[in-house]
Amino acid sequence: MAALLEVKGLKAFYGQTQSLYDVGFEIPDGGITTLLGANGAGKTTTLRAICNMVRTDGTIRFAGKDIAGQATEEIVRLRIAHVPEGRGTFTTLTVDENLRIAAYTRRDKAAVHADLERVFGYFPRLKERIQQQAGTLSGGEQQMLAIARALMLKPRLMLLDEPSFGLAPLIVQEIFRILRRINEDDKVSILLVEQNAALALDLATHAYVLETGRVVMSGPSSVVKNDENVRKSYLGY
Amino acid sequence: MEQFLQQIASGLANGAIYACVALALVMIYVSTDHINFAQGEMAMFSTYISWQLMTWGVSFWFAFVLAVVFSFVLGVVIERAILRPLHNAPVLSIVVVFIGLLAICNSVAGAIWSYLIKEFPSPFPKSSFGIAGVIGPHQLGVVIVTLVVLGLLFAFFRYTPLGLAMRAAAQNPQMARLVGVRVDWMLALGWGLAAAVGAVAGIMVAHIVYLDPNMMGGILLYAFASALVGGIGNPGGAVVGGFIVGVLENMVAYAGNQIEKATGIYIIGNGEKLTVALIIVITVLTVKPAGLFGRVVVKRV
Amino acid sequence: MPAFPKKLLWVLLALAFLVPLLHPLFPDVVSDYRLFLVSTMIIAAIAVLGLNLLTGFNGQISLGHGAFYAVGAYTAAVLMDHLNMPYWATLPCAAVVCFIVGYLFGLPALRLEGHYLALATFALALAVPQILKYRWLEGLTGGVQGIVLSKPEVPFGLPLSEDQWLYYYCLIVMVVLYWAAANMLDSRSGRAMMAIRDQYMAADTMGIDTALYKTVTFGISAAYTGIAGALSASAIAFVAPDSFNIFLSIKFLIGLVVGGVGSLAGSVVGGIFYVLVDNSAQALSMFVKNDLGLQFDLSAYTVFGILLIVLMYLMPMGIVGGVYLAVRRLRALRG
Repeated sequence: MAALLEVKGLKAFYGQTQSLYDVGFEIPDGGITTLLGANGAGKTTTLRAICNMVRTDGTIRFAGKDIAGQATEEIVRLRIAHVPEGRGTFTTLTVDENLRIAAYTRRDKAAVHADLERVFGYFPRLKERIQQQAGTLSGGEQQMLAIARALMLKPRLMLLDEPSFGLAPLIVQEIFRILRRINEDDKVSILLVEQNAALALDLATHAYVLETGRVVMSGPSSVVKNDENVRKSYLGY
Repeated sequence: MEQFLQQIASGLANGAIYACVALALVMIYVSTDHINFAQGEMAMFSTYISWQLMTWGVSFWFAFVLAVVFSFVLGVVIERAILRPLHNAPVLSIVVVFIGLLAICNSVAGAIWSYLIKEFPSPFPKSSFGIAGVIGPHQLGVVIVTLVVLGLLFAFFRYTPLGLAMRAAAQNPQMARLVGVRVDWMLALGWGLAAAVGAVAGIMVAHIVYLDPNMMGGILLYAFASALVGGIGNPGGAVVGGFIVGVLENMVAYAGNQIEKATGIYIIGNGEKLTVALIIVITVLTVKPAGLFGRVVVKRV
Repeated sequence: MPAFPKKLLWVLLALAFLVPLLHPLFPDVVSDYRLFLVSTMIIAAIAVLGLNLLTGFNGQISLGHGAFYAVGAYTAAVLMDHLNMPYWATLPCAAVVCFIVGYLFGLPALRLEGHYLALATFALALAVPQILKYRWLEGLTGGVQGIVLSKPEVPFGLPLSEDQWLYYYCLIVMVVLYWAAANMLDSRSGRAMMAIRDQYMAADTMGIDTALYKTVTFGISAAYTGIAGALSASAIAFVAPDSFNIFLSIKFLIGLVVGGVGSLAGSVVGGIFYVLVDNSAQALSMFVKNDLGLQFDLSAYTVFGILLIVLMYLMPMGIVGGVYLAVRRLRALRG
């Protein structure tokens, strides 16, 4: 199976400071891949680099097409959905408006309506709060809204940055269950950045470990899970 | 009593103008964090365009529409060509560019159409319909046109996808990009709309203050006061602020006239209107910078 | 920006003093009218210098320095007209009055930054002509008609014309003010001023009393521009409210930006520049209207406006900054 996203020799810079030195990985079409690593290892930067939110150098290829250096909004229009750190909900817009804005670039009105229903199927709580201002939702609800919004872009690839952050364990479980469904039923490939390594390795099929801007380990998650270093550093045993 | 009502009515008419210009200022401020010092001169320039079209035989409303469209395009061009490339420049540079635009608009208008004051027609019939004796036809017309334009704008932002995209782009540009919105173009469109709204104000007010290159200076000052009173980040507040300031301006002058009639002492009158506006500006900025409806933005370290 | 090379300054100064003495040799070139024009350039330089102290060296944007110029001019005019004060005594009086006014404006300005301060000062500039026409002040200010004055008399029976003396008078004042500013900027106070401009939060934590520095700088800056206003009252021998409109403040801004933000020498260049362009534009406008018969009221402001925008792209450091960069590059090339 051809890789949906191919990254080779990726470097990234915040102004003059270099954050990524040599990152390379592949995301298979239809799979779930996770990026693990300590704080500051460069996980969030990698996701940002894919969307050209930071200055980059290197190769980034999506569905065979070179996307490095293109404007963020154009990359998104190729159907890559990025759910950033901190959710990024439009706090002064309603839940409904947050979802509709994601459908802004789509032409297929009927399909948009169907997708809206589907999204409410995953997250019934959002339907209850549909006219509420997004800023007044709880943390868990905002995360659901962020994922729902990403789904409304009808993505082929979803990038998730720390979806479990600051959320109660039960909610996190619910969200991860839904992510699995999204991957299987809607055929959305997922690149997941997570601090919670156990959860991530459970969900993902492949894993990469980042350390100070470089990939130091990669493989199927079952293998990575049992690696001694990974167990000691990220799984706590 | 009748004179008092007249003052209120005229205050509302003036307030409608201030509301438009204040709204234009706030629209640009909300999306780009800049204050458009050239707003007044741009509106004046568009008004001259409409005047020129009318001297060429175009009817008032058709000239109105053409001039508004022209200023929309001008606004988009200015944002894309002049302001966008400087978006990371220091504040002083950006302020300087706005002053440059002000100078160009003013001097080119003076160069093409001279500094002689011209009469500007009113599209509203001469008879004092409506509320007889209290409000003149032009004043009533100004208020109605303004409310219609403001209503259209509100509906646009609230109910259309493009309006929603522009609101999202103004609120959180980076996230807007992440849902595929072309934020740069949204900013340009915002500028275009702001310029268009300013043009509406200019064309409506020209009959009252007469057409000359310096006609918008005082009005701009009042628009600043209005925007600040309403809360510089709040478009609805700008509109409300405009009407408040318009009525207040007239009330203060009226009170001054009455005091002078009663006691013979002149404290304040029509000649101090700009000073009153200045006092409002300084007071709001120092005492309550968030205005009536705005939120104070905390500076991030 | 580093200070202008001192040797060059002395040479230019010497030349400046010698110029009027060339009058017998080149009566048409070094004419009275030309000297008057140069005097107005010197006055403009002082005004821009004042603005530069506040905006260029202390980082507080002012679009309203015309107000302080007006206060200085009217202070001088009123003192000369009502109290028969000698023209040279009006300068320190104008300086004190304007310092107080500037300081008082600087107090609320402490809370304002960037766009907001620009807005407050812009509002001030827009309101100035009306404030000057206030009925209660008419007794003093002469209302719309303004006040007519007389030009400075030549002292000690020196063999100079009125315009030649005016030139020296302005030149001496400018040299003194320039020297004072240079010394102030070179001192600890000056460095504190500039620290506030560059790293506001750091300056605060370093123990610099930023509030005091900002308000005092406002006062000093207003005093400088006020002195320029007082000089202009004598030079033009007339003050009237409508000459102190928003465009005056815009001219100062042009001088600031064209000459060089944060450069004393740049202020002088800037002041000379805007007077030069303004006069040339008037001449050009006359030519176009009278000789070419075209009904276009050309004004310098089109050039100014375009220049302001172009400079922000190409030479944000102004002429002096540009020259400085060019010299540095030449030196680097030579190795």
